Amino acid sequence: MRHTIVRKEALNTENYLIEVMAPNLAERFQPGQFVIIRIHEQGERIPLTVAGVNPKKRTITLIFQVVGKTTMELGTLNAGDALINCVGPLGNPTEVKKFGRVICVGGGTGIACIFPIVKALANAGNEVISIIGARTESLLILENEIEAVSTETYIATDDGSKGHHGFVSEVLRDLIKKYKKPGEIDRVVVIGPPQMMKAAAEVTSPYTIKTIASLNTIMIDGTGMCGGCRVFIDGEMKLACIDGPEFNAHKVNFDDVISRLAMFKEKEVLAVKHFQKSIKKKAGRQ
Amino acid sequence: MIEIGGTRVPMREQSVEERIKNFRSVPYGYNKEEVMKEAQRCIQCNGAPCETDCPINMKILEMIREIAYGNFKKAFLIVKEDNSIPGITGRVCPQENQCEGVCPVSKRGNGINIGKLEAFVADWARENGVKEEIHIKERPERVAVIGSGPAGISCSVDLRKFGYQVTLFEALHKAGGVLQYGIPAFRLPTEIVDYEISYLSEIGVDVKLNFFVGQNIKFSELRRDFDAIFIGTGAGAPLFMSIEGENLKRVYSANEFLIRVNLMKAHKFLEYDTPIVWGDTVGVIGAGNVAMDAARCALRLGAKKVYILYRRTKKEAPAREEEIQHALEEGIILEELVAPKRVLGNKDGWVTSVELFKMRLSEADESGRPRPVKIDGSEFILKLDTLVEALGTKPNRLFLHKAPELNVTSWGLIKVDKNLMTNIEGVYAGGDGIRGNATVILALGDGRRAAKSIHERLSKGKKKGVKKD
Repeated sequence: MRHTIVRKEALNTENYLIEVMAPNLAERFQPGQFVIIRIHEQGERIPLTVAGVNPKKRTITLIFQVVGKTTMELGTLNAGDALINCVGPLGNPTEVKKFGRVICVGGGTGIACIFPIVKALANAGNEVISIIGARTESLLILENEIEAVSTETYIATDDGSKGHHGFVSEVLRDLIKKYKKPGEIDRVVVIGPPQMMKAAAEVTSPYTIKTIASLNTIMIDGTGMCGGCRVFIDGEMKLACIDGPEFNAHKVNFDDVISRLAMFKEKEVLAVKHFQKSIKKKAGRQ
Repeated sequence: MIEIGGTRVPMREQSVEERIKNFRSVPYGYNKEEVMKEAQRCIQCNGAPCETDCPINMKILEMIREIAYGNFKKAFLIVKEDNSIPGITGRVCPQENQCEGVCPVSKRGNGINIGKLEAFVADWARENGVKEEIHIKERPERVAVIGSGPAGISCSVDLRKFGYQVTLFEALHKAGGVLQYGIPAFRLPTEIVDYEISYLSEIGVDVKLNFFVGQNIKFSELRRDFDAIFIGTGAGAPLFMSIEGENLKRVYSANEFLIRVNLMKAHKFLEYDTPIVWGDTVGVIGAGNVAMDAARCALRLGAKKVYILYRRTKKEAPAREEEIQHALEEGIILEELVAPKRVLGNKDGWVTSVELFKMRLSEADESGRPRPVKIDGSEFILKLDTLVEALGTKPNRLFLHKAPELNVTSWGLIKVDKNLMTNIEGVYAGGDGIRGNATVILALGDGRRAAKSIHERLSKGKKKGVKKD
């Protein structure tokens, strides 16, 4: 079945939101899970973050950053267009129960992924402190939505245009110092670029605070068949698609995650150039 | 004139220089004259060992007889009675170990080229729009089939012919399972897979793609909503060596390498969006059909040097003779008696070489093949840009994890009784999911047998069987 886009919104110059018809997903998605989409018959399969669902409207909301050819093309679609595939929910849901005080850290598009988790943890009776960050203020997404469901919200931007001037991991470090007695922070969940998750894991590691990271690796099928998403947890090979996407952040080999994400970089650059050229050509013809 | 015995009508093939530049079928297939001539070599012997040795006991003699007289339509209809995907099995069955291997004519030359005859009738029917007419007497019972590989296809077809309402669930965006993502087009052209699978929808099987049993519907819901279930989920999870360096870039499982090319068409990158990277030198570990497929894909992508790295020798290699032959003709280097110790890379995380042990063969192991033993101190380095691991696959633990009530072996194979029923009443299984890495034809046979078992059960009125507990 095709998945019609019912709403599209440019959140900023890099991030888009699309609301897509996906009745089964809208009913079955749980926070922490993801989908794999394909735009058209020649398209690649890419994993995307689900920012929310609306079972009544039978839709799900996807938020993505334009980073490569496929997300660039996805950004050109509008309400009324459709995705050829949208498969999921994939991956394991986040463990949601009453932990006590939980810090949720979201960076970049990772904020979209952590938003339903923040909501679910708050609903389960946790005190949720959120830290969200981006390169600059204009790229910050879901700020109000996160604030509405969090007990406290902190912001960090790389250029200091809003909130803390620096990284979310630095805000996390200061917060942990504030609550330095053991047991005052029961869990940290961190989702964002792997460099950021690595830094956050390094901050919490000395305090032995259970820290969960959600890994967004290269994937094809998302069902445990290709092994492309393999990650190393305490030296043991795991598949992000079916064993994850969430893992104990203190045991993840983030350097491998970062390295493997760059495997197809050169080809991705080629694909983007090719796509931009074809768009120009089309525009020229019109 | 009918010529008995003698040599096979040769199969015309793409020349090596030509075929390593494309993904088209290596053999051209027989033409009408050739196929009739080849069929006329059959002595129509008593006992027909080809039929008894066929895992689905196809009526091979009848097929050959009709081909010999040029009655291709009749030949096709005979084949279709037992085999829903003859264009596929004609190409990928290990005929040399089955029908062709036991052909008595082989004592006086080579056995009849049964695989190519079968492929011919399937192709002829496709090209001429010839289809079997089936009259389905509808029954109300609903059966769910999980997985659209060879087992699921044959089970669905037979169940539908019995009249059941069949829903076939497939997690990927294309039906066919390993036929679609695993076997490359130069061995099994995509249009043939697509055509033979389109038959499912034509006869009224409800094919649900992008649908993941366990995620989009719980196994328990399936048990509640259907009168019987067949599990044909295969063995899709790749095995890794668990040695140092598997994290490096350009180290692939054969599954990933082949999925990128076969399913996602990465060899047509830019027209298609899925990328693949390989470099000049590619090493493939293993010597099964999948290893040959990966090596030959690498060559066609443009790799300059491709190695098959195998711990035993050519004689023990599990790949089909024809595949090894084709690979060697194409210039793939078979490095015998080597086993990887570790994978080495540069500071940026790209694989640069593999360190290999030299091996020697010792006494036979449980598999009956000589056991490879490491030679101490024999390690050497082989430089390469890509390493593909083709070590075999295991059943996908995701599905099994979502259906914990199923009894499985320690290897994750689903346990079944002689009727292919699992420990759960009304739930059946077949194919690689119960066998491990086996063949398309065995999976197809399982699908048929399970369909028969399901029919026997449901026609006795035990239709609420799966709805227990």
